[in-house]
Order: sequence, then C-alpha cells, then structure tokens
Amino acid sequence: MPDGAQPVLQVRGLKTVFRTRAGEVHAVNDVSFHLRRGELLGVVGESGSGKSVTMMSLLRLLPAPPAEIRSGEVLLDGRDLLKISDAELREVRGGKVGFVFQDPMTSLNPVFTVGMQITEALRRHMGLDKAAAETRAVDLLELVGIPDARKRLGAYPHQFSGGMRQRVMIAIALSCDPDVLIADEPTTALDVTIQAQILELVKELRRKLGMAIIWITHDLGVIAGIADRVMVMYGGQVVEQAPVRELFANPQHPYTRALLQTIPKISGEREARLKVIEGQPPMLAAVPAACAFRDRCEFRHDRCDRENPLRRPVDGKTLGQGHDVACHWQAPAAARPQEVAHA
Amino acid sequence: MLDLARQPLVRVDGLKMHFPIYSGVFRSHTGDVKAVDGVSFDIAQGETLGLVGESGCGKSTVGRALLRLYEPTAGRVIIDGEDVAHLSAEKLRQKRPTMQMVFQDPQASLNPRMTLAGIIGEPLDEHTRLSRAEKTARIYELMDQVGLNRRFANRYPHEFSGGQRQRIGIARALALNPKFIVCDEPIAALDVSIQAQVVNLLEDLQDRLGLTYLFISHDLSMVRHLADRVAVMYLGRIAELSPAKDLYARPLHPYAEALLSAVNEPDPVIAARRKRIILKGDVPSPANPPTGCNFCTRCPQVFELCRQVKPELSEVEPGRFVACHLYDNNKAARSTGGPEATERNQQGAST
Repeated sequence: MPDGAQPVLQVRGLKTVFRTRAGEVHAVNDVSFHLRRGELLGVVGESGSGKSVTMMSLLRLLPAPPAEIRSGEVLLDGRDLLKISDAELREVRGGKVGFVFQDPMTSLNPVFTVGMQITEALRRHMGLDKAAAETRAVDLLELVGIPDARKRLGAYPHQFSGGMRQRVMIAIALSCDPDVLIADEPTTALDVTIQAQILELVKELRRKLGMAIIWITHDLGVIAGIADRVMVMYGGQVVEQAPVRELFANPQHPYTRALLQTIPKISGEREARLKVIEGQPPMLAAVPAACAFRDRCEFRHDRCDRENPLRRPVDGKTLGQGHDVACHWQAPAAARPQEVAHA
Repeated sequence: MLDLARQPLVRVDGLKMHFPIYSGVFRSHTGDVKAVDGVSFDIAQGETLGLVGESGCGKSTVGRALLRLYEPTAGRVIIDGEDVAHLSAEKLRQKRPTMQMVFQDPQASLNPRMTLAGIIGEPLDEHTRLSRAEKTARIYELMDQVGLNRRFANRYPHEFSGGQRQRIGIARALALNPKFIVCDEPIAALDVSIQAQVVNLLEDLQDRLGLTYLFISHDLSMVRHLADRVAVMYLGRIAELSPAKDLYARPLHPYAEALLSAVNEPDPVIAARRKRIILKGDVPSPANPPTGCNFCTRCPQVFELCRQVKPELSEVEPGRFVACHLYDNNKAARSTGGPEATERNQQGAST
C-alpha cells in the first residue's frame, strides 16, 4: 500500500524473557520491525513462536513478573513505549493503540453491558460525557455491522453470538480512533462464514479509517487475503519478512516453504500427500546460539549448529524495506513461481 | 479404492437426535433442541466420508449418535449388518470393537492418571483375554503403528505434545481392530505443522488396515484432501452430499457454495480474484428452526416455496444429493452455470 510512508510504529531489538521456576524462557529474541501508516502487517507463526508475546510486550501487557522485557525500544510516533510512565501508557492503550484479543468471550466482562464497556473507553480517553459517549457507541456498533445498535447497548456479552462479540471487541478497539490496531488471532475461534464477515469488515474499515493494523494468525489463508506485508516468526525470532505476494511466490526460509506446503489447497489439483514438518517447535531455555529451526530443517548444515543466522536482505533493498530472511541456506532462485503454483 | 462392487459398511437412515428442553418450576418438557433432524447417508467399506459444517450444525452429534454415545431419538444406524441404534446393552458391548472414535481434544480425552500403556491397553482388558505378554506385545505393535517410541510406554499424557497425544488417541482407537472410526475434529486442536503429520498417519492406517472413516471437521481444505465424498450439514440436516471432487469444483446447494467461498485460499493472487458470498446474520437456533428450508433465513437465492416446504435430500445429478428447491425441476443432470453466476456477482457487490 502506501510505500515509503513514515512508520507509525518502529520496534528495535525487542527481547522478552519469562522467569519461571524451571529457568528462563526466551520467548522473544531480538525482534525488529516497523509498521507504516495505513498498512496491514500479517504476523504468522505456530503457538509458541512468540508472536503474541511480542505484541503484548509492545504495550507492556504481560504480567511482570514472570515476564521481563530485557531490552529494545518500541517507538510510537517517536515516543518509546517501554520508557514512558504507567499513566502515559494507559493513555496509549486503547487510545492510540487498539487491541483485539483472540477469544471474545473471555475478553469481554460478562457482568457489564456492552454499552458500558464501549463507553468506558470513550469517556476515559476522549473525555466525552455520558450522552455523547453513548451516541458514539451507537455509531461504532453500526460501523461494525451490529443491527439495532441502540437497543443492543443494554445487552450483555452472553446475549451475542461469537461473531457479534468479536464485532463488539473490534468496536471497542476502534472507539478512540487508534493509529494502530493490534489483532491477535481475532477470527481463529470463529466459523469460516463468520470469519469471512469479519475479514470483509476489517478491509472496509481500513478503507474508511486508514489505520495501520498488525494481524497475528497461524492461518496463511487469512494472511493471503488481507495482508500487505508478512512477518514469519519462529522460536521467538523473525525468520522471514516480505510483501505478501513476494512471500507466497518466492518463500526463502525452509520453515516458510514447508508451512506453505503443509496446508492443503481448496482449489486446483488435489495433493497426493501432505508435506510434513517433522518434530516439534523448540522450547527456548536460553538465548539461541544456533538456528532455532535446525532440528526440523531439511537443508541443515554445520553452520546452522554453530551460529544463529541474522536477517539478510534477499532483494538488495535495505533490511526491512523489502524481502529479508534469517537463514544460512540460499534458496535456489530458479525454482520460483511455478514451484509454488504446483506445491 | 473404487474397485469391487462396494457394500456400504455404514448405513444411516433418518437419524434424529433431539435433546429435550425442560423449563419452568415443574421442569416440564417445553421443546427440543433438534441437533440432528433426519439425516441419511451411507459409507462404503474403505471410504472416507467428510462431514462439514459450522459449529452447532450437529456434525459432532451425528458422530456420537452413530456410535451410540447418545441414544438416538429416531432412525436406524446399520454398521456392518447390525442396527446399532437398537442393540441391547450386551450386544452393543460386543459390537463396540468394530466401531471406534478419535476425539477432538487429546488433552481432555486421555486420563491424566494413566500411563500410555494403560490407556492403549484398556480396551484390550475390556474386550479380549490376552495374557500379559500378549497384551504388551499388542501395545508395542500399536505404538509402532502410530509412530510412538516404545520407550514412552510408561509415561503419562502430560509429558507429550498435542500431536503425540493425538497419536495415543488413535492407537487406543485401533487397539481392537475396528472397521469403522469416527474422527471428530481430530486435528482442530493442533498446530498447522503438526496437523499434516496426523492426517498423513490417518491416511497410512487406512491404506494398511482398510479402515472406513467418518471425518468430522470444519476445516474444508483438509476435508477436501482426505475425503472421497463430503456431506455438508446445516442446522441438523444435510444440505448436500457429493463426491469431494465435484463438490469443491461446483457446489450445488447455495449453503455449500457460500461455505466454500468463505474458505481462505493460501495464495494472495487467487484471494484477490475471488468473489466471496458473505452470508448475512447467524445460524438460527436448532430449538426453533425456521419453517420450510432450514437455510431460508440466510439464503441468497431464497424464494417463496423455501419458506413453506422443507426440501428433501434427493439425487439431482448422478451421485450428487442436494436438499434445495432450486433443483426441484432437475432430478436429472443439468448444469446450473448461467443464472447462478450472475446471482453470485450481485451478492458480492451488495456486501
């Protein structure tokens, strides 16, 4: 989308560690990325890849202890969110940055009406009085496509279906005109038809409001449909980053390549057998001194055991601006689009 | 698998599963949740039938009622020549080894206080008279079959990852050499990279042991990969039952069409081109389904008849069964290309 626009969010060298009785778990290791205005950045990875912990760390939403953000900076419009006071941070949360969580049932409070939960943010962040907040709440519910919005303000979360609850969550996240919306697997708990409704809604809201979105998911199908740029995470690190079409057409990291081949297609030739990524994702007890994917990698060589690969540009552009990968192995350049088309 | 004139191993006829609703001070019977409301299909020996639909459509209930984990309200379930729905308790117990189930959540379906050997061996204790040595040998054999290391026999479920736990569940289901296995969302709780491992295992076992599967899932692309034929359920009834190849190439029932169009293709080029049919609203309550066609409240192609008469599942093309009034006139083969395509575009534009 808007190429070269100023990043609204810039993350550098983020490290998050959980201190447990069994020792430290290095959940996020030196993660850097940026988000441009109006852009939708997809973040893909399995459970335990550190994608959610990374995003929670940005707003210091993790309970500390056991979580500890060891280093890094998170610049939102030039202000480092890791350094500001708690009071300032509260203004940012739900204000400039909205958050939509995975499970709409557990993230809405069951004993308050939906109207109260939406107006709470409006009155707190935008200083609206009760009547003005309610008017805006009705507007928001209409915006996310909840019929009969004024009546529904008095309803409790359990009176909504899963898809409707997720719409309420989105309405709350949008309530204060955020610059950045972070959505953590917002459609994973929903059925495909409801998921399609929400995805269309997000596309439409982006067109109308022009905010930047970070969309966390393990579903490459969702990413293919809505993202501008994709960041693949594995073992608490960014292993590949590229514009969406480039990533699907020319995946470089063995993990990305395997991931694209493990999911069956809905059209085209039916695959005889699914490709399998053997083994399990790693538990990160220490700062990785070697590639985190090496045990499951078919292209492993001795260098992978010795040093953890750094991200390097694939297309000659500055790191982070184009396509980059963290891998010692060079993907053969010849086998490009065709291979993906038939994989 | 298409050779030999196949006798259906499983034949389901008019299966109904209603759960009563009691309300008021006297807990009087005020209605029924019609979770499954008249479902018929059969599954041939060695075949995989996919059963898909949204949550709450009754697909898991069908699987459970089939194995008589629920007492069906009405209908017959003939598995390998016997009507499971009407067997006496003792006969049913003797029948159990033929039909097994793999559950969705391997965390919840394995007893945390039993070792792996105990879990896999329990069906053997119940249904066979093996000596201790024979039993151990059988347990090891099963563990080999599903790719679990024999050294793990004395470990507990919590020591395993999700994918491995699902292998334990599969080994337990295989212990008594079943002919028919109901797989109820066996991969839904697993990570993408692990899903393929379990699916490949299920396919290998089918090839080797000649198993028949009912594969219940909401993951339509995985069902396409696995199933020979697919039944699409909506609100307790089958909307369409077709060979997988035909269904995915050209769904006939408007619901099947909408459901398939909602699946996300992992390819940005195709995703940008595709027209989705966005269904309005939510699934109605199965306690109070609409009169006429179940889908009439959300159907983009609804007309007057749909609101009055419930369409029956009937064969509209060879091998393809659809419950929809749009096909009332063509019980024989007829293409539906033209008018439907324009309809679809209007739908896409209006959302």
